[in-house]
Parts: sequence; C-alpha cells; structure tokens
Amino acid sequence: MSYCRQKGKDRIIFVTKEEHESPSNAELVADDPNDPYEEQGLILPNGDINWNCPCLGGMASGPCGSQFKEAFSCFHYSKEEVKGSECIDHFRNMQECMKKYPELYPQEEEKETPPQTVDVPDQESYLNSSASDTGLVTDSSLPTDSQRAT
Amino acid sequence: MLKCRALWRKLAPLTRSASTVCRHNVKSTALKNGRTQVLVPAAHMSTGPAGGGGNENAIYVMLVGAACLGGGAYAYMTVKGDSKRYEERILEISSRSSKQAPESQPLVSPEPEEEAADTSEESIPAAEPPGETESASAAEELVTEAPPPAEPEAVQEAPAEPAVESPPEAEPAAAPESAPLTIPSHAPYLLIGGGTASFAAARSIRARDPGAKVLIVTDEPDLPYMRPPLSKELWFSDDPSVTETLRFKQWNGKERSIFFQPSSFYVKPEELTSAENGGVAVLTGKKVIQMDVRGNKVKLDDDTEISYDKCLIATGGVPRNLQVIEKAGDEVMKRTTLFRKIEDFKSLDSVSRNVKSITIIGGGFLGSELACALGRRSSETGLEVIQMFPEKGNMGKVLPEYLSNWTTEKVKKEGVRIVPEALVKSVIFKDDKLEIRLKDGRQVKTDHIVAAVGLEPNVDLAKSAGLEVDSDFGGFRVNAELQARSNIWVAGDAACFYDIRLGRRRVEHHDHAVVSGRLAGENMTGASKPYWHQSMFWSDLGPDVGYEAIGIVDSSLPTVGVFAKATSKDTPKAATEQSGTGIRSESETEATAISPVASSTSAPIVEHKDEYGKGVIFYLRDKVVVGIILWNVFNRMPIARKIIKDGEEHADLNEVAKLFNIHED
Repeated sequence: MSYCRQKGKDRIIFVTKEEHESPSNAELVADDPNDPYEEQGLILPNGDINWNCPCLGGMASGPCGSQFKEAFSCFHYSKEEVKGSECIDHFRNMQECMKKYPELYPQEEEKETPPQTVDVPDQESYLNSSASDTGLVTDSSLPTDSQRAT
Repeated sequence: MLKCRALWRKLAPLTRSASTVCRHNVKSTALKNGRTQVLVPAAHMSTGPAGGGGNENAIYVMLVGAACLGGGAYAYMTVKGDSKRYEERILEISSRSSKQAPESQPLVSPEPEEEAADTSEESIPAAEPPGETESASAAEELVTEAPPPAEPEAVQEAPAEPAVESPPEAEPAAAPESAPLTIPSHAPYLLIGGGTASFAAARSIRARDPGAKVLIVTDEPDLPYMRPPLSKELWFSDDPSVTETLRFKQWNGKERSIFFQPSSFYVKPEELTSAENGGVAVLTGKKVIQMDVRGNKVKLDDDTEISYDKCLIATGGVPRNLQVIEKAGDEVMKRTTLFRKIEDFKSLDSVSRNVKSITIIGGGFLGSELACALGRRSSETGLEVIQMFPEKGNMGKVLPEYLSNWTTEKVKKEGVRIVPEALVKSVIFKDDKLEIRLKDGRQVKTDHIVAAVGLEPNVDLAKSAGLEVDSDFGGFRVNAELQARSNIWVAGDAACFYDIRLGRRRVEHHDHAVVSGRLAGENMTGASKPYWHQSMFWSDLGPDVGYEAIGIVDSSLPTVGVFAKATSKDTPKAATEQSGTGIRSESETEATAISPVASSTSAPIVEHKDEYGKGVIFYLRDKVVVGIILWNVFNRMPIARKIIKDGEEHADLNEVAKLFNIHED
C-alpha cells in the first residue's frame, strides 16, 4: 500500500509496484517534429545529415572530418542497388586518412558499408560495448544526451 | 576667419571618429579639406578688399593663414594620437613580416594617397629598422609595442592602414618559415579558455563549418580535459601511476583518458592558418588579458595580439576560498587545496598519501564527492577524512532535508567523519597541525584542508571588453542565444544566460558546459538557436548512491518525492554496466547509435533497510515542475527533460511519476 508523508514543504509518497502498473493519466504536450529549437538526431527533417549529432562523436570534426563527411554523404544519398557501392573511393580516402592518425582511429576491423560497419572501436569511441558491434561511432568524450526511449 | 572656424568645427568630429575606414577617409578628407579650404579663403582673401590697405591685407592673410595652419595641425595631431594603436600594430606586423619575409614589405608601400604616397616608401624603411632591432632582441617572443613613431611615419598612416590587410596575408605565407612558436595573428574562430565548453564549441564549429580554423587559447598547460573524473573515477583507479596517465577504468571495465582527444587530434597553432582543411589548435600557457571588442582582437599576457572573426569566452571559474583561510597566513595556505584542475588532483593525491588527516570544508557536490573518494582510500591507509559544512547534511542546498540526512549517513559509511552545522571562525597552524576553530566553539585538528566552497566565475575580461556582468548569479550576462555582443559568445560556467523555460540562470555542471559549448558553436556558425535542450547533471556518492538531475534543483523549493523499494540492481554501478558507458550522461548518446540492449532477467528483490532506495523527486515552482532528481533510477532522463520542457501544471505528481517506471530497471 502506498502512503504519504509530509515533512514541512516536502511531500513523500511511497508506492508499490502494483500501483504504478496502471497507465499514467498525466498529459504530456505533443512534440513538434519540426521544432527548430530541438536537438536533432542524425538525420535532419529535410533529409540532410546532422554533422553535429553527438552520436557521430568526433568523426566529422577531426583531422579526417572532411573525408568522413564526403564518404558518409555519398553513402547517404546513394540510390544504387547496393547502397554506397559507388562510394568506394571516398571510403578508401577516409581510411587512408585514418591510418595517419592511429591514436585517434585505431584500426581493428575494416568493413565497407556504413553506418552499421563504420566501426572504429578505439580509446575514443567508448560506447561500443563489447556486446554490440553495430551502430555509429559514439564518442563518450563529449557526454551529452539525446532522446532515448527506454 | 569664419570659414576657418566652420572648417574647424567640421574637422573636429570627423577626426575623432573611431573606425579605420572612417579615419582613413577622414584623413584624406581632412587633408583635402585642409588643403583646399586653406586655399579657398586665401583665394577669397586675395580677391577681397581691392587695392588699398596692402599692409592690412598682408597681416590679415598672415593671421588667417596661421589660424588655418593651426587648425590643420591640430586635426593632424588628433588623428595621429587616436590611431597610435594602429601604427603600433602596423609596425608590429611589419616588424614580424620583416623578420620572416622581408619581401612582403613592398606590399605595404603602393598606396595611391596624395603626397603621402611618396613619403610611404621612405617611412617603411624607417619602420623596418626599429622593427628589426626589436625583433632581434625579442628572440622568439613577439615584438611588444614599438616606440612612438616619429612624425614622418605618421604621415603614411593612411596608406599603411589599408595595407594592414596585406601584412597578415603575407604572414600566412611566411608562417611556415618562421620560428616554431609563432602565434597566428588572426583566427577566424577564437575560443578563450580550454575547458569542456570550449572543446564542445570547437567540435560543433568544425562539424558545421567545413575547413574551419579554430584556435583555443588556454592558460593551463594541458589540452582540454573533462573534470568529473578528477573527483570521482580517478580516485578509484587501481593504477599507481594514475596521476601521470590520467586514465581511469570505467565501471564497464573500459579505460579512457580524461583528455577529450589526444594531441594528434589537434593542429599546431603555427600551422593553423595554412592548414588546408582547417583544424583545432590549442595554444597552452597563454592568458588573454585584454579584449578589444571594437577592433575584434584580443591581447595575450605576452603582448601578442590575435584578431578574430568570432570569439567565444569560456573562461570558467576559479575556486572560491574562505576569507578566514586567506587571512590565516602562509603556513595555512600551504596546507590548503582549492580543487579544480589536474594539478590540484595530482597534489591532493600525493598529500593524501603523506598525511594523517584531511578536512574538507564544503558539503556540496565537489566536497561530498571528494570526501567519499578520500574516505574510500582511508580504509586502506588509515587516513582520517573529515567533512564540515554549514548545512545540516550533505547536499543540503540541493536535496530536501530527509534525503540530505539519508545521504549524510551514506557518506559516513564511506569512512568520513561528518561535522555538520559548522561555521569556520579561524584557522591557525599550531604544533605542526592545522587547528580549525568553529563559531560554536568546536575544534578540529587536521593536517590538510580542501576548500570546496564554490566557484567564482572568471570575468576578468569584462572590463576591457565592456561586457556586462550579472550581479545576481555572477558571470557574463548573455542572451538566450548565449551571445554577449555581436561576434562574442559565452558558454560554460562563466555564462549567465537566459533559459527560456526556467529563467535567467548560471549553471556549473559538466553537461551544461557541453550543451552550451555546442550551442555557442552552432550559433557562431550562424544557427541562432536559443538554449533549449536542458542539460543534466549527476553525482555519485559511493557505489550505492547515485542520482541524475535536471533543471532547477534547489532545496528551498517545495518538493514531491515518489519512492519505491530498491533492489540490488539499482545502483550506479549496475546502471553503467548495463548501458556499457562510463559516464552517466553518455548513456543517452549511446542509445541513438546502438539498438538498446535487451534488459537482463530480473534479479531477486533485495530488501534494503533504507526507505529511500529509488524514486523520483519533483521540484516545484508555482506548481510547475522546474527540476527533477532521478534517485538511483537511471537512463530515464529524456522523460524528465520532456516534463520540464512542457512546463505544465500537473495535478497529481504520482501520475507523472508513473511515467518513469521506477520499479523497473
């Protein structure tokens, strides 16, 4: 059973699991997907890539940023059957560049197609947990949060 | 006579105008006016009274001529005085250019400016010798102010001024040949301060402006690093060389450095201007002491000047000290640590291994975290850790009283001796110990003091830059878009900004530095976005107590807390293990890129004696939720953020609490 206590201006409520099982009737304001103020995810509403997405970590802003942007843009806009197949050169350039900075981009696996496989697990991309190899490079060096449904 | 006076009046405001172009035009106008106007009255005079009174005429002409010359000379002197700064700049540039590439000098000379043109050539060589001798004596250091230029040099001011553009252009070409410590004279993006906000801004700028050249100027010797591990994770490291490596093991076992990026990420400052794809350069060990907003430039402590297009002030702050300690003398000051930087961590780490007793003054985030960290160490070394503060319990200004008391008990379990309701009256050094005397008569004897009593935002540049400082919260006053003036933004601890939802505030948390730094970077590249994405903060007090919070979390506000019983899974350790992250706020970033890891099978519920195992606490202002603490409940920050963003009045906060699923993992 839940109960309530009041300590001065502070109210304390203890609740059981059963009580919280019924759906909440609290009303939340509907989100506007085109809200210009909101933090955007990786893909902007107009279809462009948000290079400033925290999920990209330092990829778009580092020394190999321009190569990364070219490669990823090419992939993103690719309309080929095998998406990104015409972007091989860009990816090669990117990997060449990354080889020059092994500290930043330690080479572990080499795969062709992003985003599933732009896998640069390294000291910088701390969020690639051992369980999951998928996903973009995330950079825990800049902790900041974005929307997540749990 | 009248014509001269009119001329005088016309000249005076013109000559006092500020901008280069204006001055340039004015100079030419003045000279032209001076010349032509002088001629005109003379001409008129000569056709004036006909014939007779020849002597009178002559005297009249002389007087008029003298007055006009006097007026012209005055105007001339004023112009020269006003633009002395520019002359010095030109001389500095030309001396720098002459040091690196003497062939760049001819760029300065060709200027189609009346008779000033002929004098320019002779005065440039005149400028060179003083420039060269000075640069020779100054060795690697750049030339400081040149001696006041002689008159002939001033004449070619007008031609030299437009040529200000060309020496900087000559410079980048000359830069690679120059001495290794050349500081770029111009940075399109100049970031003052090398902390979290600055790095976040640099990253944001680079992401949005391809090829951007960003220069970070910091007075610390280190590259940008993150601060939270200095009072948490670094202390829990098993590595004895942690003070050197500054690497820490996160709960999930992965190691990382506190530095955001290794040095290979950055471009060297001297190579910044010529870098093909731009980059981020960090100039360490240099302090910006003056800012010239009108001239869009700053001055460093070695008298170098750097001009900018866009500037960010992210100077952070300096730890406050207690007055009684400052007045207590050298012996006490020597044994006091004001904790903020890497060097403070290093020194406190070594102190903690060598003394028997440490006292922490301050019961807020930093004080409590350090107390817990040192308390843990005390179990190995027998170190006595004391924490004293004016409030009744730890985090007394943040947590409602019942929770603050509960937290205090937890901190005590970490091995800390708590001295609450302690107001320090005096500190003396006696018998090789520090004696802290409290106002109520209690005494504490200790070997070393750590003062964690707040942060003083660094607004040293406000005066020279003419920027507003907030009297309520401290820091530079900026608008909702973090802008102080055109081309100047402020982010991080030093920014007192307008939060559209929560009102004007100044926030001293890590995530805020990241969010505001990023926003400033976006706005510096043309975004014009206000502060909207609410930053969060977190704290861990030992492995069993952790919370995340967002918004205004002030214990003076009325609160509503909704709690459940905690299981053994509800600890900070478990939270990070599950999400695979080391730093709490990262767990949200993680989710966007990686599909959520399926939650593990539920663990058996362990009954804790503590009543406040886990829950949600709402902070209310006028019935609207302005702050939320997630108490031992993790990875639900987006819901909390949404509730604050909505800013609605909720009749039953228990219903709102349901949204958090506090009984689940």
